Amino acid sequence: MLIVDSLSKTYADGTQALSNIGLSAAPGEIVALIGGSGCGKTTLLRLIAGLDRGSAGAVAVDGETILEPHPRVGVVFQEPRLLPWLTVADNVGFGLGGLGRSENRARVTEALERVGLAEHGRRWPRELSGGQQQRVAIARAFVPRPRVLLLDEPFSALDAFTRRGLHEQLLDLWAASKPTILIVTHDVGEAVTLADRVVVMRPKPGRLEETVAIDLPRPRDPVSARYEEAVRRVMAALDRSLHPPIARRDPAPEMRAGWW
Amino acid sequence: MPVLRQGGRFGLGVGLALALPIALAVGWEIAVDTGAASGRLLPPPSRIGATLFELAASGDLLSHVEATLIRAGLGFLGGAAAGILMGTAVAMLPLVRRICDPSLQALRAVPSLAWVPLFILWFGILETPKILLIAVGVFFPVYVGVSGAIGSVDRKLVEVGRIYRLSRLAMARRILLPAVLPATLVGLRTGLGLGFLFVVAAELMGASEGLGYLLVDGQQLGKPDQILAAIIAFALAGKLADTLFVVLTRPLTRWQDTVRESL
Repeated sequence: MLIVDSLSKTYADGTQALSNIGLSAAPGEIVALIGGSGCGKTTLLRLIAGLDRGSAGAVAVDGETILEPHPRVGVVFQEPRLLPWLTVADNVGFGLGGLGRSENRARVTEALERVGLAEHGRRWPRELSGGQQQRVAIARAFVPRPRVLLLDEPFSALDAFTRRGLHEQLLDLWAASKPTILIVTHDVGEAVTLADRVVVMRPKPGRLEETVAIDLPRPRDPVSARYEEAVRRVMAALDRSLHPPIARRDPAPEMRAGWW
Repeated sequence: MPVLRQGGRFGLGVGLALALPIALAVGWEIAVDTGAASGRLLPPPSRIGATLFELAASGDLLSHVEATLIRAGLGFLGGAAAGILMGTAVAMLPLVRRICDPSLQALRAVPSLAWVPLFILWFGILETPKILLIAVGVFFPVYVGVSGAIGSVDRKLVEVGRIYRLSRLAMARRILLPAVLPATLVGLRTGLGLGFLFVVAAELMGASEGLGYLLVDGQQLGKPDQILAAIIAFALAGKLADTLFVVLTRPLTRWQDTVRESL
């Protein structure tokens, strides 16, 4: 269970990046965070990961307050961030410790198989394509079996074809251990394909604007009417967050009443 | 088949590279042989070869090479160790950087040979000033390489270490050390080359053995063949040390995708 309670972040120069974020995600739930650039998606993820501290409010995972990186929280960054001096298999096993060699190896092998890179364990990261590298990064994040997994636009640098394959592999890995997943994306299709719930954020300061529930069974068919309808609902919510009503700044009572 | 062709191209490259020196050597040999040139100041290759062989046969060459290698080696070890320590301290501790780096950068601008008179005054003309001079020459490229490498470690990779809650020691061993290794090795290799440069200068200070002594001795006794033999021995020893360094450290940076692999 992930709980974000009235979380705010103000930088030293006075810029308010996040304002009063409240969010909770159940075990096994996949939540997508979507919004225009500069709305604090990445900042929020970094706070939940414990990489940065909030100015006010708190983050808790399974009842434990997060102040620094936590063994139950895994992260996949926008870039693969593989360690170039380790083989693919050693990268996947990087976060494992204290399990014993055979257990480590079994987990690494299993994760590499699930992302379709079983043959590549002994290669160097530089020998893999961008999509393959990101699959290694995802395998690395899953291997310690985190309860919460944070993904920061993990597929944004990849082409649409590669991205679709990665969605399937991500869901496959997720199905095996059912962690809570919080994924930042700017791709509406990606959000609808993966998430149980899409949370739309609005910038300046970053805050949660609206939540769209995606009640579709998995695997999801991207050409079905219900899928398209969900995409339209998320699009509409995103539109509302990107084009705020002008009247808001100086709300005359009659305008406020008649706006929607 | 491609391997063969590659081998052939390599052979061709070596052949082209050797064509000019071989042509000059053969030309000079013929010129002296036919009496067109005296070869008194620039002896023909056959005489240099004979001198080299004589020196080698008597065991003198080996003892001179040994003396030079010991000096260069000790100076390299001292300079490299100091460079790694100082470079690490300056990169990791901001206060040390602000206090030490400006002075070290100023000292770096001093040509190392300028220290020779001072070192002789301070330490006499025996081994200490020689090894110290070599160490000073080796220190700076290693220092600059190490401090620069640590300062430019990718913050994003350090963050990966933070996500997996590495201790300070584990962070140093598993992230920082491998990340700075390539630049450190480049610094050490440059330092090794400079060590050979300075061992000559050090031995010119006055030595009773070593390849530098052979140079001075050849000059004073008017034996250009001995000077050239010593120069050839220097070239071989330096090249050998450099090749040895590259071969020994290559496994450490095998993961790198750089042109060095093809060198």
